[in-house]
Amino acid sequence: MDDKGKKFIVGIFEDEDILLKAITTVRDKGINIYEIYSPFPVHGIENKLGYKRSRLSIAAFCFGFLGTCLALIMMIGMMTLDWPMIIGGKDFLPFPVFIPVVFEMTVLLSAFGMVGTFLVVSNLKPWGNPKTFDLRSTDNKHIMAIQLDKNKMKKDSIEKLLKSSGASEINEKTMGI
Amino acid sequence: MHVESKIRKPLITGGKTLRDVSNDISARVEEKPSLSWLAALGVSLLTLGVGAYAVYRTLWDGIGMWGLNKTVGWAWDITNFVWWVGIGHAGTLISAILLLFRQRWRMSINRAAEAMTIFAVICAAMFPMLHMGRLWLGFYWALPLPNTYGSLWVNFASPLLWDVFAISTYFSVSLVFWYIGLIPDFATIRDRAKNAGRKISAFIYGTLSFGWDGAAKTWSRYETVSLVLAGLATPLVLSVHTIVSMDFATSVIPGWHTTIFPPYFVAGAIFSGFAMVLTLLIITRKVYKLEDYITVKHLELMNIVIIVTGSIVGIAYLTELFMAWYSGVEYEQYAFYNRVTGPYWWAYWSMMTCNVISPQLFWFKKIRTNIAATFIISIIVNIGMWFERFVIIVTSLHRDYLPSSWAMFYPTIYDVGMYLFSFGFFFTAYLLFSKYFPVINMHEVKSILKQTGEKVNKVK
Repeated sequence: MDDKGKKFIVGIFEDEDILLKAITTVRDKGINIYEIYSPFPVHGIENKLGYKRSRLSIAAFCFGFLGTCLALIMMIGMMTLDWPMIIGGKDFLPFPVFIPVVFEMTVLLSAFGMVGTFLVVSNLKPWGNPKTFDLRSTDNKHIMAIQLDKNKMKKDSIEKLLKSSGASEINEKTMGI
Repeated sequence: MHVESKIRKPLITGGKTLRDVSNDISARVEEKPSLSWLAALGVSLLTLGVGAYAVYRTLWDGIGMWGLNKTVGWAWDITNFVWWVGIGHAGTLISAILLLFRQRWRMSINRAAEAMTIFAVICAAMFPMLHMGRLWLGFYWALPLPNTYGSLWVNFASPLLWDVFAISTYFSVSLVFWYIGLIPDFATIRDRAKNAGRKISAFIYGTLSFGWDGAAKTWSRYETVSLVLAGLATPLVLSVHTIVSMDFATSVIPGWHTTIFPPYFVAGAIFSGFAMVLTLLIITRKVYKLEDYITVKHLELMNIVIIVTGSIVGIAYLTELFMAWYSGVEYEQYAFYNRVTGPYWWAYWSMMTCNVISPQLFWFKKIRTNIAATFIISIIVNIGMWFERFVIIVTSLHRDYLPSSWAMFYPTIYDVGMYLFSFGFFFTAYLLFSKYFPVINMHEVKSILKQTGEKVNKVK
């Protein structure tokens, strides 16, 4: 998303409980909140903002299942099909001895796949540029960013509403400059 | 909103605010290295250097440099391997299992404990790798790669190969778990550097922070990722030492061929891991003045974990003796009789004293809330756990079925050097971590300040 040159109103909140109430007030007035930036995860914020539950756990399951299949294909291919040998009097398809490696490969692919998906969908990468509305949002303040041209309401009334719902400071920010 | 009982002691003392947390932890990263840190790093690097000579001789001349013989084919190397892997169990246990159980006291200690886990697992992996002798061919022996020795693949029926998969999975998943937790804290340090106009550190921590901005959407995904990773890491952490124990338990050597090994090894691993976490954190909290974050309450809770796991280990020792007697198998009985009264009796009794008796002192509240006592016992426990592995490995091997091949194991200076090498690496890595990375998980501590900080408790 290219937000260069877009204008934002930035409300700064000190306390997460005031912030949660403010989100409801602001959204009830029909104002579109661009995003909230917090120094730590605030519980219940995704419901207030109307975000859907993350589907990353489904990704984890799919990658895990892939790991299970790959491990089985690898071991059956090597021990049963390509070069069968009698080891400790076991079968050529010794399923019980496959369990540890199947488990480890499942966990490995599941964890890496899910974390990789998370990094990709959240656009996190070493050369990534953070959207910084206020440097204090990784320190001690919660930031509510409202994009001006996405809202019909006037700037002054948005600011007034933020003030009355507990914002300690209200700034204006133009992105990317 | 979450409500805490009034009787609960605050987890973070000193009336800290969100800003205080950022300042207290980030300042350690931002300030110039202190003289004492440089001195400690110097000692660690020296140890690493001395150990590196032993590694060089081992690689150049072969593992004949070690004290192994035909009868005792596994001794210090595998003892050190199991010891380090065991130590590497606390970090992921603290961050994964305690997360699933919603234990908030994990938040002040998980970062350092996870770092310790990662370094300990690297130390552990060194030993079997160097034991392969020709390390550069190790890939073909340990990994299922196509090779020119015919189509002969690695043997998936061998627990040693399961170990390769278990330990490399454990290492990489722990590393990812640790790094994901670090990202928001790197962002805090990056923004502080930007604010103060320090361009180089803003760039370095900016790269490390992956462009994190703390958006609510990202936090929501982040929480899902941590929870699922914790769910994956919980069985993983239990599987690793289970599989390590199978290296022994699936053999037919008297003293090794036991079904109780998996739970017994896992309990022992958690026991030694917590002891090492205590040793490191007591020093770190003192040097970095983190008494408000890692309180005596935290140390006490860790000591309680040590009593529980130490008692499980004690019961396992007694069960082994009972089963050896009750089995009626002559060889099994001799293996244990030899352990207790044979030429290695001193190792057995050191293990018993350090692991079974010393943690029982923690039943006394005065002892488990005393920092000096905790520090000493944590070191004693780790000495005991080293002896446990030595006892299991060496005493089971040195007198086998054929009395004419009975032998003793005498370590050479190269065995000692290898052990020093792992210590040198471990402390060098931990020192670098504690200087350049935030030692306490800032964002998690911030998230509980409102519920368990001292200020809130006063208002209640």
